[in-house]
Amino acid sequence: MEIKFNDGELAKVENLKQKYPQQQAALMGVLWLAQNKFGWISKDIMKYVSELLDVPLSTVEGVVSFYTMYHKKQPGKYHVQVCTNVSCMLRGGQEIYDHISKKLNLNNNETSSDGQFSLEEVECMGACGGAPMIAINEDFYENLTVEKVDEILDSLK
Amino acid sequence: MLKSLDELKEIAVKYNNSSNILKKRVIVCAGTGCVANGSLKIYNQLVKKIKEAGIDCIVELKMEESNESKILVSESGCQGFCQMGPLVTIEPDGIHYVKVKVEDVQEIVNHTLVLGKPIDRLLYVDPLTGEHCVHTQDIRFYNRQSRKVLGLCGHINPSDIHEYIAKNGYQAVFKALTEMTDKDICEEITYAGLRGRGGGGFPTGRKWELTRIQKSEKKYVICNGDEGDPGAFMDRSVMEGNPHSVIEGMIIAAKAIGADEGYIYVRTEYPFAVRRLKIAVKQAEELGLLGENIMGTGFNFKLHVMEGAGAFVCGEETALMSSIEGKRGMPKPKPPFPAQSGLFGKPTVINNVETLASVPQIILYGAKEFRSCGTENSPGTKTFALTGHVANTGLIEVPFGSTIREIVYNIGGGVTLSDGTISSNGLKAVQIGGPSGGCLTTEHMDMPLDFDSLSGIGAMVGSGGLVVMNKDTCMVKMAHFFMQFTQNESCGKCIPCREGTKQMLALLEDIIEGRATGETLDILEELAKAVQKGSLCGLGKTAPNPVLSMMTQFREEYEAHVIQKKCPAKQCKALLSPQIIPEKCKGCGLCVKVCPVNAISGVRKEAHYINEELCIKCGACLETCRLNAIVGV
Repeated sequence: MEIKFNDGELAKVENLKQKYPQQQAALMGVLWLAQNKFGWISKDIMKYVSELLDVPLSTVEGVVSFYTMYHKKQPGKYHVQVCTNVSCMLRGGQEIYDHISKKLNLNNNETSSDGQFSLEEVECMGACGGAPMIAINEDFYENLTVEKVDEILDSLK
Repeated sequence: MLKSLDELKEIAVKYNNSSNILKKRVIVCAGTGCVANGSLKIYNQLVKKIKEAGIDCIVELKMEESNESKILVSESGCQGFCQMGPLVTIEPDGIHYVKVKVEDVQEIVNHTLVLGKPIDRLLYVDPLTGEHCVHTQDIRFYNRQSRKVLGLCGHINPSDIHEYIAKNGYQAVFKALTEMTDKDICEEITYAGLRGRGGGGFPTGRKWELTRIQKSEKKYVICNGDEGDPGAFMDRSVMEGNPHSVIEGMIIAAKAIGADEGYIYVRTEYPFAVRRLKIAVKQAEELGLLGENIMGTGFNFKLHVMEGAGAFVCGEETALMSSIEGKRGMPKPKPPFPAQSGLFGKPTVINNVETLASVPQIILYGAKEFRSCGTENSPGTKTFALTGHVANTGLIEVPFGSTIREIVYNIGGGVTLSDGTISSNGLKAVQIGGPSGGCLTTEHMDMPLDFDSLSGIGAMVGSGGLVVMNKDTCMVKMAHFFMQFTQNESCGKCIPCREGTKQMLALLEDIIEGRATGETLDILEELAKAVQKGSLCGLGKTAPNPVLSMMTQFREEYEAHVIQKKCPAKQCKALLSPQIIPEKCKGCGLCVKVCPVNAISGVRKEAHYINEELCIKCGACLETCRLNAIVGV
């Protein structure tokens, strides 16, 4: 895919710039735009964003590497995020993680060879009322058991 | 565009007139928790089935029409009782259904909406009394709370500004902009004694006053919605359930300090909060409640919503401002304080979501009313997220000064044990304030919780996460867990935090894995104090708190790990000696195969035994046994 925003997206970039007195402040928003379009933030995308906002490439790389939610490699079609933080851990989050890891045959931050699934162990996503939980892309699933996880993952295959 | 208080009140009257005559209103909880359990499907099914029953069903309240025969189905933000979701309430009857499924919808329509009768099996059953609770207020989880900040959460449609206005919304803004000077507002908030709900408990009025007196043409107001504390989701619920209360608080703060622009910085992990905040900002702009010349008062305030990208440290105010500026979210030394030089170098007030959401009520009903509950030095209420080993997980709000006994046993319904049963005495500890806080034990059951009493025992209110732990929880493992979190999230800027947390983690690992010596605990304590003193920002300064607090409260448990090399809660694998229960062992020989040091022997089909001298406590046999005949002791 060619690394370029279309006119609509460029208008959004302009909008973002208007929100701040300094152009660099639009960087995180523009990176989100890029990730939503391209799926992840490659080196070439960083270069493109750097030129677009007139911000040094090193700054863009610095920001991308600092924040965990910018994907540094292509995630799967279904990005499975498993919380193993305290409230989930106390209710079996680690077992859920181990089960998914085994079932999908993936370690943390790996993507399956067919590009369907990727797995990430994440910190608290603030859905502790229904612990243990996972999120697949933007959808949350809560009060999980190993059986429920199987059902959810099988429905995606 | 609204130009006066009368016009605002006119909307309220119109809304109430058209809503009060509705045949019924069905409110489906669309907080993150209930949505995850399928509440949106229930919502769609309700609309479909009500229409099929020949009833006029609306999903949006139009204020001009006559609504006598209509049923309104609306979404709400978090209703709080997450453990029992999806939740559906029916007004005006006040019927409260729990754990609703799509299959239940037809019956709800036929039985409750048409005939007006409650359905027994969808009601909450009090586990103590066995009573079926028909109404929300019959449920102990709700009727022992004081929901003020959360008052409208779970009742109103967060995406309908008219409903917020109908509940006296934006009247506080009008009062602040027309009847009060900037100084008046700061004084009122100071007199109310409102303290920051994000962790530190700094007096909000003083923070505003310090920013107000700065001379600058440009000032900013920031709402810190980067709630990242493990086990906390109060701010998420407020942003999802009542976003306009946050916006209102921000406009009042802007007037108080003389700012004309603001940002709400919110976690991207909260997609519903982001969406509803953006809708709320747009609606407020359309009605002239944000932007130029608000309600004809001549006051301007522009508000932007900005999404983070997953960095816990951005909850620290200076790191958050760096993040808004498009930089790595690293904290800066203070002074200068944000009040002097904050966002883009301008004087800035930065407050937590709940703090800002408390402001409109103080302005509208007065500081005295706010002080009517809570304690002398911590007035008002506090929201808490109740999670972990507790029967009723969820979102609660209680006056400051409430006790752990009240929260865990009465509201929370008791402690859940490892076998899934609920107990009225299985509590071991409650972690308050997440990775920056400390733990409370059975000793503190009746201590009134407020900012000062908690800091007195080395804990803190923090943002309000309450993680309940039962007797089978190992407090060394918990400390290790929190340390792993803070070490992971340390931004790496200052050495005490970057290296200190790493070394503390290594020492805790030594304890868990049986390598600790008599010195380990002393070194750990010394190092913890150095990290507290030497770190640059709140993350590092508070990172050692859980360790120190747990070491103080559970000294014997730590010593058992170090000296006797035993884990009393039987959670630390390396310290457990596997033992075969002869009655359960069928002699299948699976454990013999996996034992890497050939420490297990026995005759086939007869109980085996483990040679303790050879055993290296790897735990492989424990995991392999299908009959649970091997236990760690």
